[in-house]
Amino acid sequence: MKFKLGIGTLLLLGLGLMSADHIDAPAVSGGASDITDFYGFQGEDNDNIVFVANLQGLLSPNNTANTTFDENTLVEFNIDTNGDAVEDLIIQAIPRDGKMYFFGPIAPSSTGKNGMVMTSAARNEVAITEYGQTPVISSNDGMKMFAGPRDDPFFMDFAKYGEIIGGTATGFDDPGTDTFAGTNVMSIVVEVPKNMIGGSGSINTWVETKTK
Amino acid sequence: MKNLKILSLLLFSALIFPSCSNDDEMTNPPVVVEPDFSGTYNLADQMGRPAINTVFIPSNQKDEYNQTIPSDQGAAYAGTIEAGLKALSPAYANDGDQNALGLDAAAFAGVLATDVLTVTLDGTTTFYDGTNVLTGRNLTDDVITVELLLIFGGEDFSENPNLSDDHVDANDKAFNSSFPYLASPW
Repeated sequence: MKFKLGIGTLLLLGLGLMSADHIDAPAVSGGASDITDFYGFQGEDNDNIVFVANLQGLLSPNNTANTTFDENTLVEFNIDTNGDAVEDLIIQAIPRDGKMYFFGPIAPSSTGKNGMVMTSAARNEVAITEYGQTPVISSNDGMKMFAGPRDDPFFMDFAKYGEIIGGTATGFDDPGTDTFAGTNVMSIVVEVPKNMIGGSGSINTWVETKTK
Repeated sequence: MKNLKILSLLLFSALIFPSCSNDDEMTNPPVVVEPDFSGTYNLADQMGRPAINTVFIPSNQKDEYNQTIPSDQGAAYAGTIEAGLKALSPAYANDGDQNALGLDAAAFAGVLATDVLTVTLDGTTTFYDGTNVLTGRNLTDDVITVELLLIFGGEDFSENPNLSDDHVDANDKAFNSSFPYLASPW
């Protein structure tokens, strides 16, 4: 979880997550481009790596059905294969009309803060799974793709952490309370063969949102 | 009279040709509208490892950190993070203090500042499983306790036990062993 929640948010959390869509913090927080989490792990098929990007955290069940991906937000998985923290390959995901389109992995035409959708790259797509629907999974060229609401996989006693940082508590409780229990996120999951992202060794990865 | 005929013909032509043109279009198959992916997209948010920005970057620099590409983050923020570590954790209060990875505040800050998640392509991926360190991030990894231990736990994970574990050790729903791995929403 990459929370940029302020003291105001902690108070809101104390009131029962009622105002999760109105997180009062800098720039992107709480919006459609707000990344809540990023995962990278070996898939069920050990020849694959799975990347997960989660957006728009702390969605209550009631809010989830009405939450959508933003067509002006490009989600980009960045892969550095030579250890210089500059992306050598990217996988892009962007929604259009109920589908999530994927481009890559491909070397980006330019690295850094600004970019275009790499329409020259291999393109795949998956229908965005609706709330309450069985996950729609698309498979092509060894890749698998999913986009839609999921349970927030993150767990932490964030409320207590805030109290500690704020000076009103001196330590965690045992057991703690998972601040993110019962909440959802908007997830993009893409599984990709290792031989498409470097093959062997270690890669550095990170996820970005870019907006138009 | 001849001129009038020609004029009539011209007028008639002017009326008839547009509809001919329309007829031509009507006989073509319907055009499939391709989604529009054009335009330039500008960096809004980024993340590698969990909670780096949240925990270590001062509030007034969080947006700026988000706008700094990873290859520039180390030089720009290692000092800030080192100061933050020393201020935050009693385990880093004294000169020479290290964490269980053998990293002092400056070295640990150097690792943290470049916010990328290292993922191995050669085997076990985990944030920390007792043996492997920072070879990826699984859904089940208790990343916050690992980070708390590395911040507050001192050289052998024994320091500041009330700060080094939030005692939330697992998700509130079981994950799936198959794609898409994440649990269904609440």
